[in-house]
Amino acid sequence: MQKNFSNIIAVLFSLLSGTIFGLGLILAGMSNPAKVLAFLDLAGLWDPSLALVMAGAIGVGLVAFAMAKKRSTSFLGLKMHLPSLRIIDKRLVIGGLAFGIGWGLSGICPAPAFVLLGTGTTKAIIFVVSMLIGMEIFEKIESYRNKSQR
Amino acid sequence: MLIDWNNFSPWTALAGGAIIGVASAIFVLFNGRIAGICGILGGLFRPQKNDIYWRLAFIVGLMIAPLIWQLFLPLPIIDIEASNGLLAITGLVVGISTRYGSGCTSGHGVCGISRLSPRSFIATLAFMFAGFVTVYIVRHLLDYELGFKLGLGV
Repeated sequence: MQKNFSNIIAVLFSLLSGTIFGLGLILAGMSNPAKVLAFLDLAGLWDPSLALVMAGAIGVGLVAFAMAKKRSTSFLGLKMHLPSLRIIDKRLVIGGLAFGIGWGLSGICPAPAFVLLGTGTTKAIIFVVSMLIGMEIFEKIESYRNKSQR
Repeated sequence: MLIDWNNFSPWTALAGGAIIGVASAIFVLFNGRIAGICGILGGLFRPQKNDIYWRLAFIVGLMIAPLIWQLFLPLPIIDIEASNGLLAITGLVVGISTRYGSGCTSGHGVCGISRLSPRSFIATLAFMFAGFVTVYIVRHLLDYELGFKLGLGV
């Protein structure tokens, strides 16, 4: 019972975080792919806004994550799930570079994709469906690789 | 370098960014999780018990944000320049690569850098660099080449 209750509260906090995150993206102008591309276009008419979005987010984030690192459980008593992996490998760099290419061609990254989906535009539906298919392809390749290694 | 002063929006960018930071703060302090959209989504593909609803809730939160915004203000302009075909291809690329590289703009760029994670610094440098180069090629090299090939004499 206690466990179920804290699970429900966790889901509500998750919904709240997602909503606030989305509102922040909209206020910051990051729900507009053209504005994201205007940041990436250093040689054109450059719109530095995205850099300030990152600065604002990281400014708050630094404090929050410094607090989070000291805790063994969350305010709701849940386990802290902070990544512990430290190696810098090929996957990280190649994944990052390939993501940058997709981002640079579309102006859309995953979080704004769902905000755009909420506005119901066809283009967002196409992007999100393809992105989910991409993630499923990744899972398929991973499980195939894991099997063949065994 | 020419700054687009007409569209540069420093205050709303900073404030919006801070709000994104607050959302990530709530998520890590209350849920004990990283607000990385790819990681949250990725866990839905081979779901564990009790590990589904909080993930869906975050995604639903992102989706209802524009609806809540519209209760108070008109949505800012949304301009997606890419064609449907290009969006289908880039969606695939983004889906595979963000899972392969364990994160995207939110997970590595915002949360990872806030955690001072060396992995996330490298990943963020990588996708920013690739993004700059890609847009440079598309807007400043390819157009010229394509235009030239088509005999437009750009």
